Amino acid sequence: MLDFLNALPGAISQGLIWGIMAIGVYLTYKILDIADLTVDGSFCTGGAMFVVLFSQGVNLWLALLAAVAAGLAAGLVTGLLHTLCGIPAILAGILTQLGLWSVNLAIMSMKANVALNIINPQVLNQLLVSLRFVQDVSNGSRPFYQHPIFVVGVFTLVIIALLYWFFGTELGCSIRATGANPAMARAQGINTRRNQVLGLMISNGLVALSGALLSQYQGFADANMGRGAIVIGLAAVIIGEVIFSKLFRNFGLKLLAVSIGAILYYMVIQLVLSLKLMDSNYLKLLSAVVVAVFLSVPYWKSKYFAKPAKRGGVTRA
Amino acid sequence: MLKLENIYKTFNAGTVNEKTALNGVSLHLQEGDFVTVIGGNGAGKSTLLNAVAGVWPVDEGTITIGGVDVTRLPEHKRAKYIGRVFQDPMMGTAATMQIEENLALAARRGKGRTLRAGITKAERAEYQELLKTLDLGLENRMTSKVGLLSGGQRQALTLLMASLVKPKLLLLDEHTAALDPKTAAKVLSATETIVGRDHLTTLMITHNMRDAIAHGNRLIMMYEGRVALDISGEEKKKLTVEDLLAQFGQATGSDEADDKLLLG
Repeated sequence: MLDFLNALPGAISQGLIWGIMAIGVYLTYKILDIADLTVDGSFCTGGAMFVVLFSQGVNLWLALLAAVAAGLAAGLVTGLLHTLCGIPAILAGILTQLGLWSVNLAIMSMKANVALNIINPQVLNQLLVSLRFVQDVSNGSRPFYQHPIFVVGVFTLVIIALLYWFFGTELGCSIRATGANPAMARAQGINTRRNQVLGLMISNGLVALSGALLSQYQGFADANMGRGAIVIGLAAVIIGEVIFSKLFRNFGLKLLAVSIGAILYYMVIQLVLSLKLMDSNYLKLLSAVVVAVFLSVPYWKSKYFAKPAKRGGVTRA
Repeated sequence: MLKLENIYKTFNAGTVNEKTALNGVSLHLQEGDFVTVIGGNGAGKSTLLNAVAGVWPVDEGTITIGGVDVTRLPEHKRAKYIGRVFQDPMMGTAATMQIEENLALAARRGKGRTLRAGITKAERAEYQELLKTLDLGLENRMTSKVGLLSGGQRQALTLLMASLVKPKLLLLDEHTAALDPKTAAKVLSATETIVGRDHLTTLMITHNMRDAIAHGNRLIMMYEGRVALDISGEEKKKLTVEDLLAQFGQATGSDEADDKLLLG
Protein backbone atom coordinates (compact mmCIF):
# COMPACT_ATOMS: atom_id res chain seq x y z
CA MET A 1 0.00 0.00 0.00
CA LEU A 2 2.92 2.34 0.69
CA ASP A 3 4.13 1.58 -2.83
CA PHE A 4 0.77 2.72 -4.11
CA LEU A 5 0.79 5.95 -2.13
CA ASN A 6 4.29 6.73 -3.32
CA ALA A 7 3.30 6.11 -6.89
CA LEU A 8 0.08 8.11 -6.61
CA PRO A 9 1.40 11.52 -7.78
CA GLY A 10 2.90 9.83 -10.83
CA ALA A 11 -0.34 7.98 -11.56
CA ILE A 12 -2.36 11.18 -11.24
CA SER A 13 0.03 13.03 -13.55
CA GLN A 14 -0.18 10.31 -16.13
CA GLY A 15 -3.94 10.14 -15.78
CA LEU A 16 -4.19 13.89 -16.38
CA ILE A 17 -2.08 13.61 -19.52
CA TRP A 18 -4.18 10.73 -20.86
CA GLY A 19 -7.23 12.73 -19.81
CA ILE A 20 -6.48 15.25 -22.56
CA MET A 21 -6.56 12.37 -25.04
CA ALA A 22 -9.79 11.13 -23.47
CA ILE A 23 -11.35 14.57 -23.98
CA GLY A 24 -10.46 14.16 -27.66
CA VAL A 25 -12.16 10.76 -27.66
CA TYR A 26 -15.19 12.30 -25.95
CA LEU A 27 -15.56 14.82 -28.79
CA THR A 28 -15.80 12.12 -31.45
CA TYR A 29 -17.53 9.38 -29.46
CA LYS A 30 -20.08 11.46 -27.59
CA ILE A 31 -20.50 14.61 -29.65
CA LEU A 32 -19.99 13.41 -33.23
CA ASP A 33 -21.26 9.90 -32.49
CA ILE A 34 -18.27 8.38 -34.28
CA ALA A 35 -15.94 5.78 -32.75
CA ASP A 36 -12.69 7.14 -34.16
CA LEU A 37 -9.87 4.61 -34.07
CA THR A 38 -7.38 7.08 -35.56
CA VAL A 39 -6.30 7.93 -32.02
CA ASP A 40 -4.23 4.78 -31.59
CA GLY A 41 -1.99 6.15 -34.33
CA SER A 42 -2.24 9.90 -33.86
CA PHE A 43 -1.31 9.65 -30.17
CA CYS A 44 2.12 8.36 -31.16
CA THR A 45 2.32 10.82 -34.07
CA GLY A 46 2.09 13.66 -31.56
CA GLY A 47 4.72 12.09 -29.31
CA ALA A 48 7.12 11.29 -32.13
CA MET A 49 6.73 14.71 -33.74
CA PHE A 50 7.44 16.45 -30.46
CA VAL A 51 10.47 14.37 -29.43
CA VAL A 52 12.12 14.51 -32.85
CA LEU A 53 11.65 18.25 -33.30
CA PHE A 54 12.54 19.14 -29.73
CA SER A 55 15.68 16.97 -29.86
CA GLN A 56 16.74 18.87 -32.95
CA GLY A 57 16.64 22.10 -30.98
CA VAL A 58 13.23 23.40 -32.03
CA ASN A 59 11.51 25.60 -29.45
CA LEU A 60 9.37 23.52 -27.07
CA TRP A 61 6.14 25.39 -27.81
CA LEU A 62 6.74 25.19 -31.55
CA ALA A 63 7.39 21.46 -31.22
CA LEU A 64 4.12 21.07 -29.29
CA LEU A 65 2.32 23.09 -31.94
CA ALA A 66 3.80 20.88 -34.67
CA ALA A 67 2.59 17.81 -32.78
CA VAL A 68 -0.93 19.26 -32.64
CA ALA A 69 -0.75 20.10 -36.35
CA ALA A 70 0.25 16.50 -37.12
CA GLY A 71 -2.79 15.32 -35.14
CA LEU A 72 -5.05 17.73 -37.03
CA ALA A 73 -3.69 16.29 -40.29
CA ALA A 74 -4.36 12.72 -39.13
CA GLY A 75 -7.94 13.70 -38.27
CA LEU A 76 -8.27 15.38 -41.66
CA VAL A 77 -7.24 12.16 -43.44
CA THR A 78 -9.79 10.07 -41.51
CA GLY A 79 -12.42 12.74 -42.06
CA LEU A 80 -11.87 12.86 -45.82
CA LEU A 81 -11.81 9.06 -46.08
CA HIS A 82 -15.17 9.03 -44.32
CA THR A 83 -16.93 11.97 -45.97
CA LEU A 84 -15.37 12.20 -49.45
CA CYS A 85 -14.75 8.51 -50.05
CA GLY A 86 -17.78 7.16 -48.21
CA ILE A 87 -15.79 4.75 -46.07
CA PRO A 88 -17.54 3.87 -42.79
CA ALA A 89 -16.07 5.95 -39.97
CA ILE A 90 -14.68 3.00 -38.01
CA LEU A 91 -12.90 1.61 -41.06
CA ALA A 92 -11.63 5.05 -42.08
CA GLY A 93 -10.08 5.37 -38.61
CA ILE A 94 -8.51 1.93 -38.81
CA LEU A 95 -6.99 2.72 -42.21
CA THR A 96 -5.48 5.98 -40.99
CA GLN A 97 -4.23 4.31 -37.83
CA LEU A 98 -2.52 1.57 -39.84
CA GLY A 99 -0.96 4.06 -42.23
CA LEU A 100 0.22 6.18 -39.31
CA TRP A 101 2.26 3.25 -37.99
CA SER A 102 4.63 3.71 -40.94
CA VAL A 103 4.41 7.49 -40.78
CA ASN A 104 5.31 7.44 -37.09
CA LEU A 105 8.33 5.24 -37.71
CA ALA A 106 9.37 7.53 -40.56
CA ILE A 107 9.13 10.55 -38.25
CA MET A 108 11.42 8.69 -35.82
CA SER A 109 13.90 7.89 -38.66
CA MET A 110 12.73 4.26 -38.79
CA LYS A 111 13.50 3.62 -35.13
CA ALA A 112 10.93 2.06 -32.81
CA ASN A 113 11.62 4.71 -30.20
CA VAL A 114 13.43 7.98 -29.72
CA ALA A 115 14.46 9.46 -26.38
CA LEU A 116 14.92 12.96 -25.05
CA ASN A 117 18.36 13.55 -23.57
CA ILE A 118 17.06 14.27 -20.08
CA ILE A 119 20.36 13.29 -18.47
CA ASN A 120 21.48 16.70 -19.68
CA PRO A 121 20.13 19.16 -17.09
CA GLN A 122 19.89 21.90 -19.73
CA VAL A 123 17.46 19.79 -21.72
CA LEU A 124 15.60 18.66 -18.62
CA ASN A 125 15.13 22.21 -17.36
CA GLN A 126 13.50 23.27 -20.60
CA LEU A 127 10.75 20.66 -20.29
CA LEU A 128 7.24 21.52 -19.14
CA VAL A 129 6.57 18.14 -17.61
CA SER A 130 8.77 15.23 -16.66
CA LEU A 131 8.53 12.18 -14.45
CA ARG A 132 11.61 13.51 -12.68
CA PHE A 133 9.85 16.67 -11.63
CA VAL A 134 7.50 14.60 -9.49
CA GLN A 135 10.40 13.59 -7.26
CA ASP A 136 12.16 16.94 -7.54
CA VAL A 137 9.11 18.79 -6.24
CA SER A 138 8.59 16.37 -3.39
CA ASN A 139 12.20 16.68 -2.20
CA GLY A 140 12.09 20.45 -2.60
CA SER A 141 14.59 20.93 -5.41
CA ARG A 142 11.88 22.37 -7.68
CA PRO A 143 8.99 24.76 -6.95
CA PHE A 144 5.49 23.25 -6.70
CA TYR A 145 4.29 24.86 -9.91
CA GLN A 146 6.62 22.63 -11.87
CA HIS A 147 4.81 19.55 -10.60
CA PRO A 148 3.27 17.70 -13.57
CA ILE A 149 -0.10 17.59 -11.79
CA PHE A 150 -0.08 21.39 -11.66
CA VAL A 151 1.23 21.94 -15.19
CA VAL A 152 -1.01 19.38 -16.92
CA GLY A 153 -3.90 20.45 -14.71
CA VAL A 154 -3.55 23.99 -16.06
CA PHE A 155 -3.32 22.63 -19.60
CA THR A 156 -6.50 20.64 -19.03
CA LEU A 157 -8.41 23.58 -17.61
CA VAL A 158 -7.36 25.84 -20.50
CA ILE A 159 -8.40 23.17 -23.01
CA ILE A 160 -11.75 22.66 -21.29
CA ALA A 161 -12.34 26.41 -21.24
CA LEU A 162 -11.52 26.70 -24.95
CA LEU A 163 -13.76 23.77 -25.86
CA TYR A 164 -16.55 25.12 -23.65
CA TRP A 165 -16.37 28.40 -25.52
CA PHE A 166 -16.07 26.77 -28.94
CA PHE A 167 -19.00 24.41 -28.57
CA GLY A 168 -21.14 27.36 -27.52
CA THR A 169 -20.43 29.24 -30.76
CA GLU A 170 -22.55 29.00 -33.90
CA LEU A 171 -20.00 26.68 -35.47
CA GLY A 172 -19.63 24.57 -32.33
CA CYS A 173 -23.40 24.24 -31.95
CA SER A 174 -23.63 23.12 -35.57
CA ILE A 175 -21.04 20.40 -34.87
CA ARG A 176 -23.11 19.21 -31.91
CA ALA A 177 -26.22 19.16 -34.09
CA THR A 178 -24.31 17.16 -36.71
CA GLY A 179 -23.63 14.45 -34.15
CA ALA A 180 -27.07 14.61 -32.55
CA ASN A 181 -29.14 14.41 -35.75
CA PRO A 182 -27.44 14.71 -39.14
CA ALA A 183 -30.73 14.80 -41.10
CA MET A 184 -31.99 17.69 -38.99
CA ALA A 185 -28.62 19.43 -39.25
CA ARG A 186 -28.69 19.31 -43.05
CA ALA A 187 -32.29 20.53 -43.08
CA GLN A 188 -31.07 23.53 -41.07
CA GLY A 189 -28.39 24.25 -43.65
CA ILE A 190 -25.48 22.70 -41.77
CA ASN A 191 -22.69 21.14 -43.82
CA THR A 192 -22.52 17.88 -41.89
CA ARG A 193 -19.56 16.48 -43.83
CA ARG A 194 -17.41 19.51 -43.18
CA ASN A 195 -18.38 19.41 -39.52
CA GLN A 196 -17.45 15.75 -39.20
CA VAL A 197 -14.04 16.47 -40.69
CA LEU A 198 -13.62 19.46 -38.39
CA GLY A 199 -14.61 17.45 -35.31
CA LEU A 200 -12.23 14.62 -36.19
CA MET A 201 -9.43 17.14 -36.66
CA ILE A 202 -9.98 18.88 -33.34
CA SER A 203 -10.21 15.52 -31.58
CA ASN A 204 -6.99 14.17 -33.06
CA GLY A 205 -5.24 17.48 -32.45
CA LEU A 206 -5.96 17.01 -28.73
CA VAL A 207 -4.92 13.37 -28.89
CA ALA A 208 -1.59 14.33 -30.47
CA LEU A 209 -1.07 17.04 -27.85
CA SER A 210 -1.64 14.43 -25.18
CA GLY A 211 0.88 12.12 -26.90
CA ALA A 212 3.41 14.94 -27.03
CA LEU A 213 2.94 15.64 -23.32
CA LEU A 214 3.25 11.96 -22.42
CA SER A 215 6.47 11.49 -24.40
CA GLN A 216 7.81 14.60 -22.69
CA TYR A 217 6.75 13.25 -19.31
CA GLN A 218 8.29 9.82 -19.78
CA GLY A 219 11.27 11.15 -21.78
CA PHE A 220 10.75 9.18 -24.96
CA ALA A 221 8.35 8.41 -27.79
CA ASP A 222 7.64 4.84 -28.74
CA ALA A 223 5.94 3.36 -31.80
CA ASN A 224 3.70 1.36 -29.48
CA MET A 225 2.73 4.16 -27.11
CA GLY A 226 -0.72 4.63 -28.66
CA ARG A 227 -1.71 1.01 -28.75
CA GLY A 228 -5.11 0.66 -27.13
CA ALA A 229 -5.40 4.42 -26.60
CA ILE A 230 -8.99 4.41 -27.85
CA VAL A 231 -9.93 1.89 -25.15
CA ILE A 232 -8.27 3.96 -22.44
CA GLY A 233 -10.07 7.00 -23.79
CA LEU A 234 -13.42 5.21 -23.77
CA ALA A 235 -12.72 3.91 -20.28
CA ALA A 236 -12.11 7.46 -19.07
CA VAL A 237 -15.26 8.73 -20.80
CA ILE A 238 -17.35 5.94 -19.29
CA ILE A 239 -15.90 6.15 -15.78
CA GLY A 240 -16.46 9.91 -15.82
CA GLU A 241 -20.02 9.43 -17.01
CA VAL A 242 -20.92 6.69 -14.54
CA ILE A 243 -19.66 8.65 -11.56
CA PHE A 244 -20.63 12.19 -12.49
CA SER A 245 -23.60 11.99 -14.88
CA LYS A 246 -26.08 12.82 -12.12
CA LEU A 247 -23.89 15.61 -10.78
CA PHE A 248 -22.47 17.32 -13.87
CA ARG A 249 -24.94 18.63 -16.44
CA ASN A 250 -22.83 21.48 -17.76
CA PHE A 251 -20.68 20.73 -20.83
CA GLY A 252 -17.49 22.02 -19.23
CA LEU A 253 -18.06 19.88 -16.16
CA LYS A 254 -18.69 16.86 -18.37
CA LEU A 255 -15.28 17.36 -19.95
CA LEU A 256 -13.80 17.69 -16.47
CA ALA A 257 -15.49 14.38 -15.59
CA VAL A 258 -13.67 12.76 -18.51
CA SER A 259 -10.34 14.03 -17.23
CA ILE A 260 -11.15 12.79 -13.72
CA GLY A 261 -12.20 9.48 -15.29
CA ALA A 262 -8.74 9.13 -16.82
CA ILE A 263 -7.10 9.90 -13.47
CA LEU A 264 -9.23 7.27 -11.73
CA TYR A 265 -8.37 4.78 -14.46
CA TYR A 266 -4.65 5.30 -13.86
CA MET A 267 -5.09 5.14 -10.10
CA VAL A 268 -6.81 1.78 -10.44
CA ILE A 269 -4.10 0.53 -12.78
CA GLN A 270 -1.46 1.72 -10.32
CA LEU A 271 -3.26 0.01 -7.46
CA VAL A 272 -3.41 -3.25 -9.38
CA LEU A 273 0.30 -2.97 -10.14
CA SER A 274 1.34 -1.94 -6.63
CA LEU A 275 -0.57 -4.72 -4.95
CA LYS A 276 0.87 -7.11 -7.54
CA LEU A 277 -2.62 -8.39 -8.23
CA MET A 278 -1.62 -9.46 -11.71
CA ASP A 279 1.17 -9.50 -14.21
CA SER A 280 1.34 -6.10 -15.93
CA ASN A 281 0.91 -7.86 -19.27
CA TYR A 282 -2.72 -8.49 -18.34
CA LEU A 283 -3.48 -4.78 -17.97
CA LYS A 284 -4.70 -4.39 -21.54
CA LEU A 285 -6.99 -7.38 -21.12
CA LEU A 286 -8.30 -5.85 -17.91
CA SER A 287 -8.94 -2.52 -19.67
CA ALA A 288 -10.71 -4.22 -22.54
CA VAL A 289 -12.94 -6.24 -20.22
CA VAL A 290 -13.79 -3.24 -18.06
CA VAL A 291 -14.73 -1.13 -21.09
CA ALA A 292 -16.71 -3.99 -22.66
CA VAL A 293 -18.70 -4.45 -19.45
CA PHE A 294 -19.46 -0.75 -19.08
CA LEU A 295 -20.49 -0.45 -22.72
CA SER A 296 -22.82 -3.43 -22.37
CA VAL A 297 -24.58 -2.22 -19.24
CA PRO A 298 -26.79 0.42 -20.91
CA TYR A 299 -27.74 -2.06 -23.64
CA TRP A 300 -28.67 -4.84 -21.24
CA LYS A 301 -30.50 -2.37 -19.09
CA SER A 302 -32.68 -1.20 -21.95
CA LYS A 303 -33.26 -4.72 -23.21
CA TYR A 304 -34.13 -6.57 -20.04
CA PHE A 305 -34.92 -4.01 -17.42
CA ALA A 306 -36.96 -1.55 -19.48
CA LYS A 307 -40.13 -0.37 -17.82
CA PRO A 308 -43.11 -2.02 -19.49
CA ALA A 309 -45.21 0.27 -21.68
CA LYS A 310 -48.27 1.75 -20.04
CA ARG A 311 -51.56 0.07 -20.70
CA GLY A 312 -53.72 1.67 -23.33
CA GLY A 313 -50.84 2.43 -25.66
CA VAL A 314 -48.39 5.26 -25.82
CA THR A 315 -49.64 8.75 -25.23
CA ARG A 316 -48.09 10.96 -27.80
CA ALA A 317 -49.49 14.35 -27.04
CA MET B 1 -41.88 30.09 -56.62
CA LEU B 2 -41.13 26.41 -57.14
CA LYS B 3 -40.67 24.96 -60.60
CA LEU B 4 -40.13 21.26 -61.23
CA GLU B 5 -39.50 20.31 -64.86
CA ASN B 6 -39.59 16.69 -65.98
CA ILE B 7 -38.14 15.13 -62.86
CA TYR B 8 -37.12 11.47 -63.03
CA LYS B 9 -35.77 9.39 -60.20
CA THR B 10 -35.16 5.65 -60.21
CA PHE B 11 -33.92 3.80 -57.15
CA ASN B 12 -31.73 0.68 -57.36
CA ALA B 13 -31.44 1.02 -61.14
CA GLY B 14 -30.36 -2.19 -62.84
CA THR B 15 -31.34 -4.47 -59.95
CA VAL B 16 -34.41 -6.56 -59.22
CA ASN B 17 -35.47 -3.87 -56.77
CA GLU B 18 -35.53 -1.20 -59.46
CA LYS B 19 -38.24 1.32 -58.71
CA THR B 20 -39.07 4.36 -60.75
CA ALA B 21 -40.30 6.66 -58.02
CA LEU B 22 -40.64 9.84 -60.06
CA ASN B 23 -41.63 9.44 -63.67
CA GLY B 24 -41.42 12.83 -65.33
CA VAL B 25 -43.01 15.08 -62.72
CA SER B 26 -43.58 18.70 -63.65
CA LEU B 27 -45.09 21.08 -61.16
CA HIS B 28 -45.24 24.86 -60.83
CA LEU B 29 -46.12 26.56 -57.58
CA GLN B 30 -47.04 30.25 -57.49
CA GLU B 31 -45.87 32.38 -54.61
CA GLY B 32 -48.23 31.82 -51.66
CA ASP B 33 -49.63 28.55 -53.01
CA PHE B 34 -50.55 26.06 -50.30
CA VAL B 35 -50.62 22.72 -52.10
CA THR B 36 -51.76 19.52 -50.45
CA VAL B 37 -50.37 16.29 -51.89
CA ILE B 38 -52.15 12.94 -51.66
CA GLY B 39 -51.55 9.55 -53.21
CA GLY B 40 -51.23 5.89 -52.27
CA ASN B 41 -48.16 4.19 -50.86
CA GLY B 42 -45.32 4.31 -53.34
CA ALA B 43 -47.00 6.96 -55.49
CA GLY B 44 -43.95 9.18 -55.09
CA LYS B 45 -45.18 11.80 -52.61
CA SER B 46 -42.25 11.66 -50.20
CA THR B 47 -39.85 11.13 -53.08
CA LEU B 48 -41.13 14.35 -54.60
CA LEU B 49 -40.45 16.28 -51.40
CA ASN B 50 -37.03 14.70 -50.96
CA ALA B 51 -36.15 15.61 -54.56
CA VAL B 52 -37.01 19.24 -53.83
CA ALA B 53 -35.11 19.16 -50.52
CA GLY B 54 -32.06 17.63 -52.22
CA VAL B 55 -31.73 14.51 -50.06
CA TRP B 56 -30.21 12.91 -53.18
CA PRO B 57 -29.66 14.17 -56.72
CA VAL B 58 -32.42 13.55 -59.29
CA ASP B 59 -31.68 11.54 -62.45
CA GLU B 60 -33.15 14.06 -64.86
CA GLY B 61 -34.96 17.37 -64.87
CA THR B 62 -34.48 20.76 -63.26
CA ILE B 63 -35.67 22.27 -59.98
CA THR B 64 -35.77 26.01 -59.43
CA ILE B 65 -36.82 27.79 -56.26
CA GLY B 66 -37.62 31.49 -56.56
CA GLY B 67 -35.74 31.63 -59.86
CA VAL B 68 -32.60 29.92 -58.54
CA ASP B 69 -31.65 26.62 -60.15
CA VAL B 70 -31.00 24.30 -57.19
CA THR B 71 -30.86 21.03 -59.14
CA ARG B 72 -27.18 20.53 -58.42
CA LEU B 73 -27.09 22.09 -54.95
CA PRO B 74 -26.46 19.76 -51.98
CA GLU B 75 -29.11 19.46 -49.29
CA HIS B 76 -27.51 21.82 -46.79
CA LYS B 77 -27.19 24.60 -49.36
CA ARG B 78 -30.80 24.28 -50.49
CA ALA B 79 -31.84 24.53 -46.87
CA LYS B 80 -31.36 28.29 -47.27
CA TYR B 81 -34.64 28.37 -49.21
CA ILE B 82 -36.54 25.52 -47.58
CA GLY B 83 -38.18 24.85 -44.25
CA ARG B 84 -39.01 21.21 -43.54
CA VAL B 85 -41.08 19.16 -41.13
CA PHE B 86 -40.77 15.39 -41.30
CA GLN B 87 -43.17 12.54 -40.69
CA ASP B 88 -41.04 11.15 -37.86
CA PRO B 89 -41.14 13.56 -34.89
CA MET B 90 -37.61 12.40 -34.00
CA MET B 91 -36.20 13.64 -37.28
CA GLY B 92 -36.74 17.37 -37.19
CA THR B 93 -35.01 18.23 -33.94
CA ALA B 94 -31.78 17.38 -32.10
CA ALA B 95 -32.97 15.35 -29.09
CA THR B 96 -29.84 15.88 -26.99
CA MET B 97 -29.91 19.64 -27.38
CA GLN B 98 -32.05 22.19 -25.55
CA ILE B 99 -35.24 23.69 -26.96
CA GLU B 100 -33.61 27.11 -27.24
CA GLU B 101 -30.50 25.63 -28.84
CA ASN B 102 -32.61 23.91 -31.48
CA LEU B 103 -34.34 27.21 -32.22
CA ALA B 104 -31.00 29.00 -32.40
CA LEU B 105 -29.75 26.44 -34.91
CA ALA B 106 -32.83 27.05 -37.04
CA ALA B 107 -32.44 30.82 -36.75
CA ARG B 108 -29.10 30.47 -38.55
CA ARG B 109 -30.41 28.45 -41.47
CA GLY B 110 -28.94 29.81 -44.68
CA LYS B 111 -26.40 31.95 -42.86
CA GLY B 112 -22.72 31.30 -42.26
CA ARG B 113 -21.91 29.68 -38.93
CA THR B 114 -19.14 31.66 -37.31
CA LEU B 115 -17.41 31.83 -33.96
CA ARG B 116 -20.03 34.22 -32.65
CA ALA B 117 -22.21 33.04 -29.77
CA GLY B 118 -24.50 30.15 -30.68
CA ILE B 119 -27.40 31.85 -28.90
CA THR B 120 -27.75 35.37 -27.54
CA LYS B 121 -29.80 36.87 -24.73
CA ALA B 122 -31.98 38.80 -27.17
CA GLU B 123 -32.72 35.57 -29.02
CA ARG B 124 -33.80 33.82 -25.81
CA ALA B 125 -36.40 36.50 -25.16
CA GLU B 126 -37.59 36.32 -28.75
CA TYR B 127 -37.90 32.52 -28.66
CA GLN B 128 -39.82 32.65 -25.42
CA GLU B 129 -42.42 34.88 -27.07
CA LEU B 130 -42.59 32.62 -30.11
CA LEU B 131 -43.02 29.49 -28.00
CA LYS B 132 -45.92 31.15 -26.18
CA THR B 133 -47.80 31.26 -29.49
CA LEU B 134 -47.70 27.45 -29.61
CA ASP B 135 -49.60 27.33 -26.32
CA LEU B 136 -47.87 24.13 -25.19
CA GLY B 137 -46.09 25.53 -22.16
CA LEU B 138 -42.71 25.18 -23.86
CA GLU B 139 -41.85 28.80 -23.07
CA ASN B 140 -41.13 27.70 -19.50
CA ARG B 141 -38.92 24.81 -20.55
CA MET B 142 -36.47 26.62 -22.81
CA THR B 143 -33.44 24.74 -21.50
CA SER B 144 -35.07 21.29 -21.47
CA LYS B 145 -33.63 18.74 -23.82
CA VAL B 146 -35.92 18.26 -26.81
CA GLY B 147 -35.74 14.49 -26.25
CA LEU B 148 -38.02 14.99 -23.24
CA LEU B 149 -40.85 16.39 -25.36
CA SER B 150 -43.80 14.45 -26.74
CA GLY B 151 -44.17 13.77 -30.46
CA GLY B 152 -46.73 16.52 -30.87
CA GLN B 153 -44.61 19.05 -29.03
CA ARG B 154 -41.62 18.13 -31.15
CA GLN B 155 -43.60 18.54 -34.38
CA ALA B 156 -44.91 21.91 -33.25
CA LEU B 157 -41.36 22.96 -32.37
CA THR B 158 -40.06 21.72 -35.73
CA LEU B 159 -42.76 23.73 -37.46
CA LEU B 160 -41.68 26.82 -35.56
CA MET B 161 -38.05 26.12 -36.49
CA ALA B 162 -38.93 25.65 -40.16
CA SER B 163 -40.55 29.08 -40.27
CA LEU B 164 -38.12 30.92 -37.98
CA VAL B 165 -36.17 32.16 -40.98
CA LYS B 166 -38.95 32.77 -43.51
CA PRO B 167 -38.46 30.03 -46.11
CA LYS B 168 -39.24 30.48 -49.79
CA LEU B 169 -40.80 27.04 -49.58
CA LEU B 170 -42.22 24.99 -46.71
CA LEU B 171 -42.17 21.20 -47.11
CA LEU B 172 -44.42 19.18 -44.79
CA ASP B 173 -44.02 15.43 -45.18
CA GLU B 174 -47.06 13.85 -43.47
CA HIS B 175 -46.05 15.79 -40.40
CA THR B 176 -49.16 14.81 -38.46
CA ALA B 177 -49.24 11.11 -39.43
CA ALA B 178 -47.43 9.88 -36.33
CA LEU B 179 -49.64 11.83 -33.92
CA ASP B 180 -52.91 10.95 -32.22
CA PRO B 181 -55.96 12.66 -33.81
CA LYS B 182 -56.27 15.39 -31.19
CA THR B 183 -52.61 16.36 -31.36
CA ALA B 184 -52.63 16.07 -35.15
CA ALA B 185 -55.48 18.59 -35.30
CA LYS B 186 -53.54 20.98 -33.06
CA VAL B 187 -50.39 20.74 -35.15
CA LEU B 188 -52.43 21.18 -38.31
CA SER B 189 -54.06 24.33 -36.98
CA ALA B 190 -50.63 25.65 -35.97
CA THR B 191 -49.57 24.95 -39.54
CA GLU B 192 -52.48 26.98 -40.90
CA THR B 193 -51.61 29.86 -38.60
CA ILE B 194 -47.95 29.96 -39.56
CA VAL B 195 -48.52 29.48 -43.29
CA GLY B 196 -51.23 32.17 -43.27
CA ARG B 197 -49.22 34.62 -41.20
CA ASP B 198 -46.11 34.48 -43.38
CA HIS B 199 -47.87 33.68 -46.70
CA LEU B 200 -45.57 30.70 -47.11
CA THR B 201 -45.48 28.72 -50.33
CA THR B 202 -46.19 25.25 -49.01
CA LEU B 203 -46.22 21.65 -50.15
CA MET B 204 -48.00 19.43 -47.61
CA ILE B 205 -48.22 15.68 -48.00
CA THR B 206 -51.07 14.08 -46.13
CA HIS B 207 -52.55 10.61 -46.04
CA ASN B 208 -55.89 12.03 -45.08
CA MET B 209 -58.16 13.08 -47.98
CA ARG B 210 -60.35 15.24 -45.80
CA ASP B 211 -57.31 17.20 -44.57
CA ALA B 212 -56.10 17.54 -48.15
CA ILE B 213 -59.44 19.00 -49.16
CA ALA B 214 -59.88 21.18 -46.08
CA HIS B 215 -56.46 22.84 -46.28
CA GLY B 216 -54.65 24.79 -48.94
CA ASN B 217 -55.74 26.40 -52.18
CA ARG B 218 -54.64 23.59 -54.45
CA LEU B 219 -54.57 19.81 -54.33
CA ILE B 220 -52.50 17.38 -56.32
CA MET B 221 -52.82 13.63 -56.35
CA MET B 222 -49.87 11.50 -57.29
CA TYR B 223 -49.99 8.14 -58.99
CA GLU B 224 -47.08 6.01 -60.18
CA GLY B 225 -44.53 8.77 -59.97
CA ARG B 226 -46.62 11.41 -61.75
CA VAL B 227 -49.10 14.12 -60.91
CA ALA B 228 -52.40 12.45 -61.80
CA LEU B 229 -54.76 15.20 -60.64
CA ASP B 230 -54.26 18.90 -60.09
CA ILE B 231 -57.23 20.78 -58.67
CA SER B 232 -57.24 24.41 -57.62
CA GLY B 233 -59.33 27.54 -57.27
CA GLU B 234 -63.11 27.32 -57.05
CA GLU B 235 -63.09 23.68 -58.03
CA LYS B 236 -60.89 22.86 -55.03
CA LYS B 237 -63.19 24.77 -52.65
CA LYS B 238 -66.22 22.75 -53.72
CA LEU B 239 -64.38 19.45 -53.77
CA THR B 240 -65.73 16.43 -51.87
CA VAL B 241 -64.09 13.09 -51.18
CA GLU B 242 -66.50 11.41 -53.63
CA ASP B 243 -65.60 13.87 -56.42
CA LEU B 244 -61.96 13.28 -55.78
CA LEU B 245 -62.27 9.51 -55.98
CA ALA B 246 -64.31 9.71 -59.16
CA GLN B 247 -61.86 12.11 -60.80
CA PHE B 248 -58.93 10.01 -59.76
CA GLY B 249 -60.52 6.90 -61.26
CA GLN B 250 -61.12 8.76 -64.53
CA ALA B 251 -57.63 10.16 -64.69
CA THR B 252 -55.80 6.92 -64.03
CA GLY B 253 -58.26 4.16 -64.86
CA SER B 254 -57.63 2.78 -61.41
CA ASP B 255 -59.85 2.29 -58.39
CA GLU B 256 -56.80 2.02 -56.18
CA ALA B 257 -57.62 5.31 -54.56
CA ASP B 258 -60.66 3.86 -52.83
CA ASP B 259 -58.79 1.28 -50.83
CA LYS B 260 -55.46 2.87 -50.25
CA LEU B 261 -56.51 6.40 -49.56
CA LEU B 262 -59.68 5.94 -47.64
CA LEU B 263 -58.24 3.29 -45.42
CA GLY B 264 -54.74 4.68 -45.28
